Amino acid sequence: MKDLRLRLRQNQGLLIALALFVLLYGAYSLAHPTGFSATLIGQNANESLVLVAAAMAQTFPVLTGGLDLSVGAIITLVNCVGSHVLAGSAVQNALGVLLCLAVGTAAGFCNGCLVVYGRLQPIIATLASATIFAGIALFLRPTPGGQVDDHLAFAATFDLNELLSALGAAPLRGPLAFLGDTPSPLIWMLLVAAIWSYYRRTRYGLGAYAVGASQEAAFMSGVRIQRVKLVAYTLSGLFAAVGGLYLTLQTNSGSADIPQSGAYTLNSIASVVIGGTSLYGGVGGAIGSLFGALVLRSIAFNFRVLDETSSLGFFANPLYQPLFEGLILLGAVCAGALWVLRVKNKLEVFR
Amino acid sequence: MRALLALKGRVGLVDKPTWYTLLSIGVVLVVGSISTLVTQGTLSFLHPSYILQQLQIAAFLGIAATGMMIVILLGHIDLSLPWVLTASGMLSAGLGGWLALPCGLAIGALAGLVNGLGVAFLRVPSMIFTLGTNTVLQGLMVLYTGGFSPRSEAPHWMEVLAVGKVLAIPNSLFVWIVVGAAATFLLKKTVLGRTIYAIGNGEQAAYLSGVRTRGVLISAFVLSGVCAAITGMLLVGYSHKAFQAMGNEYLMPAIAAVVIGGTNIMGGRGTYLGTVLGTILIVLQQSVLSVLQMPEGGRQIIYGAVIIAMLLVYGRQQEG
Repeated sequence: MKDLRLRLRQNQGLLIALALFVLLYGAYSLAHPTGFSATLIGQNANESLVLVAAAMAQTFPVLTGGLDLSVGAIITLVNCVGSHVLAGSAVQNALGVLLCLAVGTAAGFCNGCLVVYGRLQPIIATLASATIFAGIALFLRPTPGGQVDDHLAFAATFDLNELLSALGAAPLRGPLAFLGDTPSPLIWMLLVAAIWSYYRRTRYGLGAYAVGASQEAAFMSGVRIQRVKLVAYTLSGLFAAVGGLYLTLQTNSGSADIPQSGAYTLNSIASVVIGGTSLYGGVGGAIGSLFGALVLRSIAFNFRVLDETSSLGFFANPLYQPLFEGLILLGAVCAGALWVLRVKNKLEVFR
Repeated sequence: MRALLALKGRVGLVDKPTWYTLLSIGVVLVVGSISTLVTQGTLSFLHPSYILQQLQIAAFLGIAATGMMIVILLGHIDLSLPWVLTASGMLSAGLGGWLALPCGLAIGALAGLVNGLGVAFLRVPSMIFTLGTNTVLQGLMVLYTGGFSPRSEAPHWMEVLAVGKVLAIPNSLFVWIVVGAAATFLLKKTVLGRTIYAIGNGEQAAYLSGVRTRGVLISAFVLSGVCAAITGMLLVGYSHKAFQAMGNEYLMPAIAAVVIGGTNIMGGRGTYLGTVLGTILIVLQQSVLSVLQMPEGGRQIIYGAVIIAMLLVYGRQQEG
């Protein structure tokens, strides 16, 4: 029992994000004319996956006490690479997917090198590398365009049966038939969540928590700080690449949209915070960020289904949406900051 | 001999980042001039009118960077710059006349006050709190304008300040000089300025030494908001009207200008001269590259590479 209470407290942020998500998404799907269905989930998961990937990517550096302002730029870069390499034969496409993931991973590795070996502040190093990635993306796609193989795009963004038939397998039958409707983006979310769960059990994952909590203590305990940070930034690049790849498959094109990449970066930070990860490092996790991103998206969804004739009808006006997103973000961080009022020793608030 | 030694002593006071930034400005001008000499046979980059025109544009970034620097010296950051700038520009242009000036400044100060209260009392990391106020301001402005560019035109005085000239020197440069002088005085000679450096070096130590740290944090954010507001009103004057997202192109360059100028992003160290030179370097480099018809992608890459290169030279942390 004592153990349970401890576990609950350790995962407080995750649980709050989860509850918020269930509440917001539940309200939305109840109000939606078609109701709760696989199609609706698939459609919404489609719209959320890029932000989910960005938020999970952001979690790695934040856990080590850093920050990655290039998450959005890596998404854009991979998007532009993908729009060139995903319209060939099946083998070419498979290689193209690997190339996209490799580009993102390499970009993350470069960030890691700047932070670890260049000994630059993560904020400013990734700010600068973000402009370089955006520049490369602009070279690859000076104007939006490009092409993606239809089958690949459809299979990756529709559902499990479609995915199986694209791989040459038969659709699911018998008792498992209902699983065939599982939306593909949901499968990708489970996959990245599984990668994260494995990572946090390895010495690099545990090391990331240790480094974020106290770099000196981690060093004294024999954690290889440099490698841990390098792995964290590299994995961040990989996860951002997943987001970029999915963006390509979803939009069937590439676009070096720099404002959009900035928005992904900023929303990824917001998702991380809503998901209960401390920006000071050492506390939280990528699953929380996953739900943090879903919370952010659910807020936007809710605006679509508000009844305009009800007493809250004026909120349905899309012009209110940015204001509410901001207010909810501010509200969430302020609620998370209320511990300050309970602190007895005033010196503890200076971290 | 003694005069020479005194001069050497004075030169020694100028820190390494400032020298490197100055050197880079020289390199940009020389490389640009050589290429125009080869392609067009002119030295257009060294013409006073070109330099003055660049300084006129640099003034907008320079004033925004001034506010950003004050906040960065504390070890914080102000990501609300884009929409504080846009909001004060839009609302003051909407009001029009001389009343627009106090109105615009008040909006900047108010936004800064909210930021300061959140950071000082709730201890929310400034990066996320100012991001929130930025989004809220964006939401308010979208509501105010309906998502379109407002139709109101800039009052006459804004245009005079932004594009007018006195004795061939652009007025915006004078505004920058006034703001810069005020900032230098504040940082060097006042209690507030010295405590800003003290907090940046160690907030706990400053608090234990009797500094009212909350007040200092709030004042710094208010100053940053006011600087963003001044930039916003000048920009409205420059483009004759306010428009959506006019501040988005100023956030990253403002941070970059401060950091290139040698201010430590974790706070506590940095000179205003460095920020001025950092601003000029960024504006000049972008302008020279676009005159040389470098594609947008190449400009971005060089921009990022310059920041990384300068930081690798002098912005590295102690090995820990």
